[in-house]
Amino acid sequence: MDIFEFYRKDRWPHVFCPGCGNGTVMNCFFRAFNEAGLSLDNTVFVGGIGCSSRVPLYINSDALHTTHGRAIAFATGLKLAKPGLKVVVFTGDGDLGAIGGNHFINGCRRNVDMTVICINNNIYGMTGGQASITTPHDFQSTTTPYGNKEYPFDLAEIAVAAGANYVARWTTRQVHELTKSMKSALQKRGFALVEVVSQCPTNFGRRNKMADPSQMLEWFKSNTVRRDKAKSAELDHVDLNLAGQITVGEFVDRNRECYEELIGVEKHG
Amino acid sequence: MTIPPGEYFVQGNDACVEGALASGVKFFAGYPITPSTEIAEGLAQRLKGQNGVFLQMEDEIACISAVIGASWGGAKAMTATSGPGFSLMQEAIGYAAMSETPVVLVNVMRGGPSTGQPTKASQGDVMQTKWGSHGDYQVIAFAPATVQEMFDLTVECFNYSEKYRVPAFLLSDAEVGHMRGLLRVPEKLNVIDRKEMGIRRTDEAYDVPDDLVKPFPVFGKGHKAIITGMTHTETGRIEPEDSKVHSDLVRRLNEKVLRNRKDINKWEMIGEGSKTMIISYGSSALGAKEVATKDPNVGLLRLKSIWPLPEEPIAQAARGAQRILVCEMNLGQLFFSIKRVAQDAGCKQVELLSKLGGEPPTPSEVRHKLRSMGAV
Repeated sequence: MDIFEFYRKDRWPHVFCPGCGNGTVMNCFFRAFNEAGLSLDNTVFVGGIGCSSRVPLYINSDALHTTHGRAIAFATGLKLAKPGLKVVVFTGDGDLGAIGGNHFINGCRRNVDMTVICINNNIYGMTGGQASITTPHDFQSTTTPYGNKEYPFDLAEIAVAAGANYVARWTTRQVHELTKSMKSALQKRGFALVEVVSQCPTNFGRRNKMADPSQMLEWFKSNTVRRDKAKSAELDHVDLNLAGQITVGEFVDRNRECYEELIGVEKHG
Repeated sequence: MTIPPGEYFVQGNDACVEGALASGVKFFAGYPITPSTEIAEGLAQRLKGQNGVFLQMEDEIACISAVIGASWGGAKAMTATSGPGFSLMQEAIGYAAMSETPVVLVNVMRGGPSTGQPTKASQGDVMQTKWGSHGDYQVIAFAPATVQEMFDLTVECFNYSEKYRVPAFLLSDAEVGHMRGLLRVPEKLNVIDRKEMGIRRTDEAYDVPDDLVKPFPVFGKGHKAIITGMTHTETGRIEPEDSKVHSDLVRRLNEKVLRNRKDINKWEMIGEGSKTMIISYGSSALGAKEVATKDPNVGLLRLKSIWPLPEEPIAQAARGAQRILVCEMNLGQLFFSIKRVAQDAGCKQVELLSKLGGEPPTPSEVRHKLRSMGAV
């Protein structure tokens, strides 16, 4: 498939800012989708609300652009009503981890077959740069003018603990590893999450001395530690502080029976 | 297997389950809540044999979201809840209205506000059903008063939600939901399915006129549909800043229901032309019905559908009447809408019998109120 068959060209120009990581994520996803040999006609892309959740609207397939935080719940109903469809959810840190946190952990637990791509830019970008549940400690945002006093969520670790079949995290700096993980996630039966730590130079970088997107990619490069190379339990932890580190890699790859198999819905056709 | 035709002695909530199955429901997502739980329990038992899916979700927001998702997969889908769960569902109800998704919601009403009276009946969610989500939109709502109507009107909910692509509500209450009574399952049911995009049909002439309801693009059939809750054009292009697109869309969403009141509204009229008319719905109409059937001077308009407001029968009841009594299990919700229509039709005296606490107004309470109005 040609990359231009994958996108809805008639929807351009898109809403993403210059330097946004969404383009990188979309390109990696297109490659993974193509390599996995999947068909657009048989795939539905579901999004919640936010910059990341706009991605489904630019892909040349059926798109369900839902309410804030509920994408996984919508996707669950859709997949169980029509088990033959491939369901892919595009979501963000606020959509998945904050307002949709309950649906996220229960989605992992229920293990319905879907691929979830979470573009984690550590900020509420679309509304102008408010702190999110993954904004690093002491970082600046419009709602944390004295520095963020809360500590961030670790979405990948939550997904592992809640029972997802496949969990990986990469940054937009590791495009090859990211593409490979996306392909694995698409081929996995059950709930698969790929968290992509991505740059939002406009609303995150600008307020945290990284206004240039390349500065953010440098940050990702110098602060990431591969999970398999992390030596101690202490290191095997992410807090996304500049002083700390971003742990990346495959967090889990297992084959718990997915919900459709357990309830026998696949036989309905 | 759906229930064979015949007579049964069942609970109201069970009749709703049978009505849903007879309509072809294929997906139910629920969360336990009194007094609607029997509907979830019944469908958990029965859907599997129908090649359907029952799902217990983590909260009511997830329930209605999953139901909307299932509807886009082409399944007839429903959920059932009561007040607190209904409040949680409001966000997605607006989404269903905006994205024109056929879904059925059963609200077995209980006393509110907040946790209120879980096991007692009320009609406190009537206005919430119409106005609960933000923005201008229309819904279709039915109010059953008997076990039989829990079946019949569940079928109507599915039919009208499919026909108009809107969320449809069965506004029951703890009294009707837990009432046991006779259910007659007919030999033949009128079941309407949504008009699918890309399929030519022989019955196109019977479509909703004026092109107000668009064909439904089921996912996975190559339509490349874009479904969104944002302001969009007919092809799904997001245009949140275009005032004309927004105005045209919201007007059409409202018009498709309002212009078809005649098709949607259902009611029962007893003693038409009486100088004294009672207007009521759901279980609060039961006491009034006893009064009206026994007293030749008192008539009753019992609304079986309440949204869109059945203005025509209300005006018809009001034209010849000197006084109208509205019976409701709330502090007056439909009362003010009925009063407006009745006064426009020339009836000056419109009063409310409001009953709170969990039980419908009794015949003697209705008679007492009529006496205070100078009617009997």
